[in-house]
Amino acid sequence: MATDITKITEKSNWQDLTVGNQIYASGTSRMFKTGEWRTQSPVFHSEKCKQCLLCVPVCPDSSIPVKDCKRQDFDYDHCKGCGICAEVCPFEAISMKEGQ
Amino acid sequence: MKNTVEIRWHGRGGQGAKSAALMLADAAFMTGKYVQGFPEYGPERMGAPITAYNRISEDVIRVHSNIYEPDYVVVVDETLLESVDVTAGLKAEGAIVINTTRTPEEVRPLLKGYAGGVYTIDAREISEKCLGKYFPNSPMLAAIAAISKVMTKEDFFREMEGSYRHKFAKKPEVVEGNLKALRMAYEEVE
Amino acid sequence: MAVRERLSGNEAISYAIKQVNPDVMPAFPITPSTEIPQYVANYIANGEMDTEFIPVESEHSSMSATIGASAAGARALTATSSCGMALMWEELYVAASNRLPLALCLVNRALSGPININCDHSDSMGARDTGFIQIYAENNQEVYDNFVQAYRISEHKDVRLPIMICQDGFITSHAVENIELLEDEKVKGFVGEYEPENYLLNPEQPMALGPYAVSNYYMETKMAQNTAMKNAKQVILDVGKEYGELSGRSYGFFEAYRLEDADYAFVIIGSAAGTTKDAVDQLREEGVKAGILKLRVFRPFPDEEIAGALKNCKVVAIMDRSESFRGKGGPLGAEVKAALYDHAANVRAFNLIYGLGGRDFTVEEAKQIYRDLEAYDRDGKAFEEYRYVGLRG
Repeated sequence: MATDITKITEKSNWQDLTVGNQIYASGTSRMFKTGEWRTQSPVFHSEKCKQCLLCVPVCPDSSIPVKDCKRQDFDYDHCKGCGICAEVCPFEAISMKEGQ
Repeated sequence: MKNTVEIRWHGRGGQGAKSAALMLADAAFMTGKYVQGFPEYGPERMGAPITAYNRISEDVIRVHSNIYEPDYVVVVDETLLESVDVTAGLKAEGAIVINTTRTPEEVRPLLKGYAGGVYTIDAREISEKCLGKYFPNSPMLAAIAAISKVMTKEDFFREMEGSYRHKFAKKPEVVEGNLKALRMAYEEVE
Repeated sequence: MAVRERLSGNEAISYAIKQVNPDVMPAFPITPSTEIPQYVANYIANGEMDTEFIPVESEHSSMSATIGASAAGARALTATSSCGMALMWEELYVAASNRLPLALCLVNRALSGPININCDHSDSMGARDTGFIQIYAENNQEVYDNFVQAYRISEHKDVRLPIMICQDGFITSHAVENIELLEDEKVKGFVGEYEPENYLLNPEQPMALGPYAVSNYYMETKMAQNTAMKNAKQVILDVGKEYGELSGRSYGFFEAYRLEDADYAFVIIGSAAGTTKDAVDQLREEGVKAGILKLRVFRPFPDEEIAGALKNCKVVAIMDRSESFRGKGGPLGAEVKAALYDHAANVRAFNLIYGLGGRDFTVEEAKQIYRDLEAYDRDGKAFEEYRYVGLRG
């Protein structure tokens, strides 16, 4: 039976955890909004972007969605603001700003 | 322990004293006895002195200690007589059998006043004659079977033949030689 | 009809492994357990079983691969001794906390140093808090029987914990003795197929295993694990009883040998219990009411049952085959004394240490300890506690 991880929280009683904390479901990390940890945020300047896609594979949190071979704006629910994308972009199409 | 024969083997690593103890246990097992055959390891090296033990009993064996007051002692390598107290605890009504070219009268002075039975057997001569190589354990096994009488002669030879045929299934040519070595040794001390 | 055989302890457990035919066995050799993977590899090479044998480069890897196999949904096992288990240390906890059923065939050997290849219980006793179930054997028969029962306990849905099947290095592992084996089909029927509800190789239901647990989850996880260990008690009893119906040899937490009316008792684990049985029989002929509680299951610890079995004894000697360096004896002593205290069993108990690093333990030594217990009880003679049996000087 699939695990409904929305029912397992930091308030759960020990009887309500799964055996060995095993999670019988996939892709559950989507439900964990790590974007809230961000102290710096990337800003996407689409007019400078050449769609070279160098930024996509270096993102540790898969927070640069790609659609029809073109990158979209950031997934701020999961981006932790590490700034690697801004570092690799050859066209200054990504800049970093303070805060969320 | 009542109804139990206890045997201690002294040999050197690589000479097959442990294997001989296990073969004796095997043969006794086949005649319906309760058995134990186990080694006592020091340094695991060829040539280092090793001790092996047998308990052969009519009853279930529960003791798991070494044997300190054996009924019989087998010395597979006579050079051990100088370095190991082979008759330690050996019962006076028991016996010791030693692989040597010397006679019992010649080796008795080396046995620290042991007053029980002393048997000697030239396992090298027998082994080289029957097998063309020096494997002292078969002659020593036959000698202790004959002396201790833990099973009848018929039982011993029947079980050993079966055991050799199983063990040397891929080398049947050595079965006869081993059986011959057993017979020569058995009859020499009988 | 049972099969009458003569096998060493290592041969006996290997034979049980062959009959159970688990899916995966990663192993790395170490004395005195080396023969187990050796025999199993032979069985596989001869086509007598089809377990996937994985030769690995260390014990860290053998337990890791066993864990991986179990997580993937396989019935898995490994074998080791002493320092080999020490190298698995982290993985022992990983297996237990991830609630992975698997078996570890442990051939007890002293831990370094000084380096020593012979028997004591320092390896498994050191691992007593890892979360493994621990079952010990007196002889080759018991280690065979214990392995046949192992997966039924380990895989039970109320338990799901790894299990350690222990035997005494060299003393039983390398000693050939009589044994009764069950027929293959009886063993297979008893153990059954392993059908995990969830496993990593199940494409129908993806799963994640071994997630990071922050402080808010960690204690709850441990309580769940502890509860599984407590659940194992009933399962061990049920499986031991059912095994008795199959084989004629029933098993519980311990064997009470002439304990019912005993004034003086040993609490002891492993092969030395057999030696002590001969001592008890001889003492009984002399009119000394001696008995033994031979502990089989150390984890979970049957504290209430032990206290109940000892409550009518006058004086008890708790025999430890490992040091815990608390200056007051060993782990078995500490736990049995706690059990007696918790369950208000008003029994005087002394803790002694014997058999470290393969030091022999004899019938005469056992008898002397019983006589000392009696002299303490009857004549008020001081009993030297925390002593090492057979120590020089």
